[in-house]
Amino acid sequence: MATRHERSNYTRISAVRNICYRAWRNPFNTRGYTVLENEGHEHRIVIPNNKGSHFGSPGHYLGNKICTTKYTLLNFIPKNLYEQFHRLANVYFLFLAVLNWIPVVEAFRKNLTMIPLVIVLALVAIKDAIEDYRRYRFDRALNHLPIDVLARNEKKYVEKYWKEVQVGDFVRLRCNEIIPADILLLYSSDPDGLCHIETANLDGETNLKQRQVIKGFTELETEFDPMKFNSVIECEKPHNDLNRFRGYIVYKNEKRAGLSKDNLLLRGCTIRNTEEVVGIVIYAGHETKAMLNNNGPRYKRSKLERQMNVDVFWCVIILFVMCLFSAIGHGLWVAQYGDERPAFDVLSSDGTSLSPALSGLYLFFTMIIVLQVLIPISLYVSIEIIKICQVFFIHQDTDLYDEETDSRLQCRALNITEDLGQIQYIFSDKTGTLTENKMVFRRCTVAGVEYSHDANAKRLAMYQEPDSEEEECTSKSGTIPRCDSTSSHQSAKIVHRTQSTKSHRRTGSRAEAKRASILSKHTAFSSPMEKDITPDPQLLEKVNECAGQLEILRQHGQPLSHLTPELSDIIDFFIALTVCNTVVVSSPNQPRHKVRVRFELKSPVKTLEDFIKRFTPSRLTSGSNSSSSSSISTSKSLYRVSSSALPSPSGDVTLLKVGEELGRSPQREKIESFFQPGVVRDEGKDGELRYEAESPDEAALVYAARAYNCALFERLPEQVTVELPHVGKLAFELLHTLGFDSTRKRMSVVVRHPLTDEIVVYTKGADSVIMDLLHQPSAENSTGKRTRKIRHKTQNYLNQYATDGLRTLCIAKRVLRKEEYARWLEDHLEAESSVENRDELLFQSAVRLETDLQLLGATGIEDRLQDGVPETIANLRKAALQIWVLTGDKQETAINIAHSCKLLGQDEEILTLNAESQEACAALLEQCLNYIESKSPLNTRFSLAENPSVDFIPSNGTSVTSPTLRPNFSLVVDGKTLSFALEKSLEDKFLALAQKCRSVLCCRSTPLQKSMVVKLVRDKLKVMTLAIGDGANDVSMIQVADVGVGISGQEGMQAVMASDFAIARFRHLQRLLLVHGHWCYSRLANMVLYFFYKNAMFVALLFWYQFFCGFSGSAMIDQWYLIFFNLLFSSIPQLITGIFDKDVSAETLVALPQLYKGGQQSEEYKPYMFWMNMIDALYQSLVCFFFPYLAYQDSDVDVFAWGTPITTLALFTILMHLCIETKTWTWMHLASIIFSILLFFTVALSYNAACPTCYPPSNPYWTIESLMADPKFYLICVLTPVAALLPRYLFRIFQGTLFPNPIQRGRQLDRLHPEACSRVNRWNPQSNWSAIPKPGLVMPLSKDSGIGVDESSSSTSQSVHLDANQISTGPLNKQQAAELRDTSSSTLELAEGAKYSLPNGNSSSVSIRDAQSHLHRFQRSELVTEYPFTEDGVRLNTHSGVEPSNMHSLNWRTPTSSTNDTMCLFHSAPHCGLQTQAMEGEQSVPGNTESEGMKHSEEVFPGTSHISTRMVPRNSLEESSLEMTPF
Amino acid sequence: MATNYSPKDDEGEQHKSRKPDNTAFKQQRLPAWQPILTAGTVLPAFFIIGLVFIPIGIGLFVTSNNIKEFEIDYTGIEPNSPCGICANNGTWNTTCTCEVHFRLDQPFEGNVFMYYGLSNFYQNHRRYVKSRDDSQLNGDKSSLKDPSKECEPYRMSNGRPIAPCGAIANSLFNDTLVLYYMDNGTRKEIQLTSNGIAWWTDKNVKFRNPTGDGNLSTIFKDTAKPLNWPKPVYDLDPTDPHNNGFINEDFIVWMRTAALPTFRKLYRLIMKTDSLTPTLQQGNYTLHVTYNYPVLSFDGRKRMILSTISWMGGKNPFLGIAYITVGSICFFLGVVLLIIHHKYGNRNTSADIPN
Repeated sequence: MATRHERSNYTRISAVRNICYRAWRNPFNTRGYTVLENEGHEHRIVIPNNKGSHFGSPGHYLGNKICTTKYTLLNFIPKNLYEQFHRLANVYFLFLAVLNWIPVVEAFRKNLTMIPLVIVLALVAIKDAIEDYRRYRFDRALNHLPIDVLARNEKKYVEKYWKEVQVGDFVRLRCNEIIPADILLLYSSDPDGLCHIETANLDGETNLKQRQVIKGFTELETEFDPMKFNSVIECEKPHNDLNRFRGYIVYKNEKRAGLSKDNLLLRGCTIRNTEEVVGIVIYAGHETKAMLNNNGPRYKRSKLERQMNVDVFWCVIILFVMCLFSAIGHGLWVAQYGDERPAFDVLSSDGTSLSPALSGLYLFFTMIIVLQVLIPISLYVSIEIIKICQVFFIHQDTDLYDEETDSRLQCRALNITEDLGQIQYIFSDKTGTLTENKMVFRRCTVAGVEYSHDANAKRLAMYQEPDSEEEECTSKSGTIPRCDSTSSHQSAKIVHRTQSTKSHRRTGSRAEAKRASILSKHTAFSSPMEKDITPDPQLLEKVNECAGQLEILRQHGQPLSHLTPELSDIIDFFIALTVCNTVVVSSPNQPRHKVRVRFELKSPVKTLEDFIKRFTPSRLTSGSNSSSSSSISTSKSLYRVSSSALPSPSGDVTLLKVGEELGRSPQREKIESFFQPGVVRDEGKDGELRYEAESPDEAALVYAARAYNCALFERLPEQVTVELPHVGKLAFELLHTLGFDSTRKRMSVVVRHPLTDEIVVYTKGADSVIMDLLHQPSAENSTGKRTRKIRHKTQNYLNQYATDGLRTLCIAKRVLRKEEYARWLEDHLEAESSVENRDELLFQSAVRLETDLQLLGATGIEDRLQDGVPETIANLRKAALQIWVLTGDKQETAINIAHSCKLLGQDEEILTLNAESQEACAALLEQCLNYIESKSPLNTRFSLAENPSVDFIPSNGTSVTSPTLRPNFSLVVDGKTLSFALEKSLEDKFLALAQKCRSVLCCRSTPLQKSMVVKLVRDKLKVMTLAIGDGANDVSMIQVADVGVGISGQEGMQAVMASDFAIARFRHLQRLLLVHGHWCYSRLANMVLYFFYKNAMFVALLFWYQFFCGFSGSAMIDQWYLIFFNLLFSSIPQLITGIFDKDVSAETLVALPQLYKGGQQSEEYKPYMFWMNMIDALYQSLVCFFFPYLAYQDSDVDVFAWGTPITTLALFTILMHLCIETKTWTWMHLASIIFSILLFFTVALSYNAACPTCYPPSNPYWTIESLMADPKFYLICVLTPVAALLPRYLFRIFQGTLFPNPIQRGRQLDRLHPEACSRVNRWNPQSNWSAIPKPGLVMPLSKDSGIGVDESSSSTSQSVHLDANQISTGPLNKQQAAELRDTSSSTLELAEGAKYSLPNGNSSSVSIRDAQSHLHRFQRSELVTEYPFTEDGVRLNTHSGVEPSNMHSLNWRTPTSSTNDTMCLFHSAPHCGLQTQAMEGEQSVPGNTESEGMKHSEEVFPGTSHISTRMVPRNSLEESSLEMTPF
Repeated sequence: MATNYSPKDDEGEQHKSRKPDNTAFKQQRLPAWQPILTAGTVLPAFFIIGLVFIPIGIGLFVTSNNIKEFEIDYTGIEPNSPCGICANNGTWNTTCTCEVHFRLDQPFEGNVFMYYGLSNFYQNHRRYVKSRDDSQLNGDKSSLKDPSKECEPYRMSNGRPIAPCGAIANSLFNDTLVLYYMDNGTRKEIQLTSNGIAWWTDKNVKFRNPTGDGNLSTIFKDTAKPLNWPKPVYDLDPTDPHNNGFINEDFIVWMRTAALPTFRKLYRLIMKTDSLTPTLQQGNYTLHVTYNYPVLSFDGRKRMILSTISWMGGKNPFLGIAYITVGSICFFLGVVLLIIHHKYGNRNTSADIPN
């Protein structure tokens, strides 16, 4: 023990010596630790249990107690006041209050002017105090959570509170406990030293993450004992990057081991799947990464507020002018009396008279106090209150609640709600935002053969059917057969299906899927839709055949090369799908508990010696049988750990042997279950294993493989177990995992194949990358030919997948010879151990491994559109919002998604910008602009004819012109071109072009580019921008935009954390903007305008009085009324209106998105409106002043008996003005107004009766009482408001009658008969989109069936259609029903006859697919279309991929003389109907000709760029038929 | 948020849905009334306003016209006018009398109010309005001894507190007006009542003499009279001892500062004596003025006004005219809106539905 201590002391001292040395070298470091932390590398040193260190106690580091409160009891008042006086308005208030204390300028009682200030300050202080108290309680709860901490003295773990944990403490955590601080993992009960954590609290990602004990640490100490642990840990200073942690641990023997983020358990995460872990606290309390990332809500200033501040500034100027005028007036007034002052011009207190100039100067300040109400100070408080309430109501909206994720909308920025109503540009991410980010395996190609997975497509289509359909199926017995027929049809086709798929199919509908996904909430990417893949029968058959052969071969001891190449490719393909990932397996019945069955345990290849030892020559030569025996020998050394889990030490190999002998009989199952007690039985009982994937793509592929019975069974750090059909469980020794990164765009695993004992590299990655890394086949021999053929075919399929909007991945493998591997390993280990530019070396190492690949196949994964995305986009479009999609995806995929979500219409010309150089880009932009210019007159005609908004608002000039200005062009830019276009010299041109286009699509864009685009548009066009995204790559864009919206999807919470608003689904954006945005904007705009009016009107009354009191600063309104008028009497109704007023109902707002345009153009609050309101206020105040003036002229009325009626009638006028401006009345509006009036009278009556001697100088004793006995008071209080409000009332009436703006029309619509409303809804399908089949998935059409259109399926979908109709519109009258029948039958006819479209507007998407199915036929009949592959910058254009058959029709090039390095291609695709004919006629024209043309062009104009424009002539007749259809 | 995990997160709270309550209030679906301002909907309002206001206006106008009012300016700007001499050499304390003759063309029925009117007298000047001490006037003894600072510079006089202090009190209107009826050459003094010219609450609640032993003069012993006053406050009304001190009604009336620079204040009441003869007969009258109050320095005017009174106060045709005008405008607008509604009203409903 003693020696140990000495040793540890020695270590510590040596570590410390290092530090001293470093400190010594830096002469500025004099203060020990603090300085050390600031030193170049910024280190922190953690000494275990923080005892007896030289440099102060580690208590120097923050403890784990957190305190997020801003104030303490003691400093609350000073600190809060200090913060509040940062606000200019409050300072102004204070200035006035102070001013009033100066006797010569004093206007009111000294302490009276303090009241508003005190009230405002108190209100805000109370709010702050409540918030702070909440934080305090929350902190306290966290601080008092229990945790096991090692007490060195007692030599055991004792339970302590979180707050008592210190840096350097040893902490023991059990499963499902929350981690209290950032802890370095030292011990895990897991034999591999693994620990699983769930980081949902930190970043929202629900999948499990692996953390491991420091590499080499377990070997160093056989048994972990914290009492003996004395190593010093040096690491970085605390910072907020969750994904970075660097440091090293210094062992007793001075050896160092590097630490990475894989060793760190972060505060806030939860331990899962691991019995017990022990770690040492590295960062505690506020220095943990979780706390450093916690920035709280953000504050932005909204556009409306900016505009308002300008008007506040105007108010200041008006005030100044008024005061100046009064001051001069007073000076003159005094001057006119000369030296002999009249009796009423009271001398100053010392008996002297002031000179006119001086009294004028004093009066200036007095007037500032008197007229202070003009500056709407309470406006800021009112706005804050209103916004808080608005946020509350947005929170409460059930339409923004997502049941699937059980999440509401979150407002993270509290003060920009009204910006939502003014958005002009939307920048959207694609993946996860427009799409679900639920990757669904759709189709694959293996060894050049395409498996189209028709049944799978049908299954996916079923998820689209509305819930109501299912209900109808169950309720009406008559319709059940139809539902069943689909499923039985499928089940007949599919022989092998997993249990869960079947059970799901029975009720397979969205509702069920939703329910299931709620249940399986804890596992990401595992909704039934994603899990249950219906295998392609053909491929399944091949897999079975293959597995069967494999089994036979193995039984006969033959090498696997006996398999046909295709079969071996297939089996390798599935093994790759299963193995090449980082998916963690857990069983569902015991959530978050790793399946703990071990067949074999091997340490990873750590050193070269280890490698040599393992791969001895004898083993290299031995066959499969001998390998198993050797694996026993290697596993023996590590047996101690695994023995508990294993009934026999032989593990996997024994089992395999048993399995071999027993064959694939049912007995095999028995044996298995014998060997694996618990787990396998569980599997049979409770369904399948759960896969916890880091990315949805991975999960999709693993589930896909499982559908073919190639199930990933278990993943351990050094081993992956796969279950194959017939063969059983195979354990692949996992040698290396080269993780995915965005530069390589691929990931690889290196495994040892258990059957062949070969070292195999499985790689999956983006097609563009993999295709380049493939082994170049030798030209002549047959395998080379085959390889090339496969590659060509695969490339074709890949293109096709991309045009279908699928995400493509290529799967490849490489078999390494042992020597090759040994060589690579040597380099790799070197790279791994290097300190300098380790990342680069590792990258190079990876590149060396991933070459000469053999292509196995490719997969197409569908990222499904979210519900209602096309409708939402269409609606947002109608609301004149420009939608840009910025995505990192490839161009083809992006364009297709854009098509399917209606971002790109069929009638639009797509301008594609692909440039390779700055000059080319410039030329392209120029050309496109010219092109649009030349086309624009034509376009104007088109858009006039089609835009529905024109019909709706014929009287509004802007809405007629705006659609004509917006021609139907769409711009597609790739990342490279975008980077050129964003250069200073080109950005204006780019913007000019983008403005002329209806939508812009930026592909392959980096996060930085995304934010640059947003910034460019925001700053240059001066528009309101909204960015919406779900992933970390959208964060910069979200932060740059005026309004950032995060989607709390599956990709974690980073986007949400950065956002101002977080929604669950893209379609919520519609309601958020169109309804809440509109409301918030119009409410606030009206409130602000009203506020200005109110103050101006009230203050002007006082100003007019100055003309009758010698500009002496006198006020006829009692000072108490003056102070409380804004604060009490008139504040509540305006707040109520600001919170609850609805100009148009939510239904109408959604049904008529055009109404949103008002907010974009700031219709409710334009600069001139401020002045209009001022003029109105001027008029009203004149009326309110001079009516009482004339009525009481030359009478015996005194100042306050005259001022009180003025106050009263001003209040009436102001309230009635609000009544005119209130659009919707609820009981609250009425109550607030009645309350205000009652409050005024109550206050006035009691105030005037309270005290006969108080409140000098007014001393209004009994004034209101005597007034209320006077009929004149009532007469004047009735007459004046009527006269004052007449002009505004008339203006509103004339506006409403003669020139109603869209909003008013919307309101009129609101009041119309419900029938009319339902008619509106019928014309605007988005209001009931749930009943609408989704485009892109209304196509259970079989592509390979050889028939262009599957008649049965099209009629099926049609009938679904009808049902949806009936459900959605509810009881229809006879006429409507007939109409409906007519339209539907006619479309049915069309659908059968001419491959026509479904009437829901996505006609052409179907027809494109039809075209593809045709194309497909060519390809099947070996008419292989070859496309030039992108090599020297010339990219194959999308649309040459989409519609090869159409490309012949127009192929136009720019004159080569003008721009030598630019080429334009305009493809024309005739519209649907025409297209069919074209296809029938042109079937014999293969894509070859086109591609030849491309090649040719490539030769002529090497290496540049294309614009491709696709123009579809409009068929007006067909358009009208589309419009007539109720959907 | 990084710390949004609650300590009890894992203990079976998953089943509680976060779905917002579907209440009318939270979903902003409270039953509501949506008035739409179009010609058609507001027509009735305009006609109703017109039809209500015009009769009220006519009634007010008639009432106002029935009020008899007589006004005579006795300032004496012209040197040869009756009070010309007094006006030109009048100061606060010099006594000068003059007589003004006038003729009432109509008899005044009922109680007649006698006012004095001042013009260009800014009783509403900010510093003037402030210059008083309400506690002192309420009979507070400490304030009597030590008046409020607001009274400066009319707070102390020769070391003694001024009672009543302040500029308002100091500038008390101190002309005395006596009215004679010239009945065939004989002067018949008309009985003027000073009782009841002030507000009841003022006389009885707001203004009070300091209580104490002895009469008022002993109570006000240590105080000084305001500079401009010829007599101390306890000697304001020699005829009625109960009308002295702070509760002198003329004083109270004066202390209620007028709202506008041209104002009148109630001076006396001429009570109706019997029902057969009018209170003031048609005929010649003489106004005897004890001219003290200087107004020419600020170009002021002094008037004497005789007026009968109605339920709505003194003669002022404005309200009646205003009611008639506003009512007529509303009625006229109603007609205009009717036409508009007839012409354009239908257009709206047809344009409502987009198609």
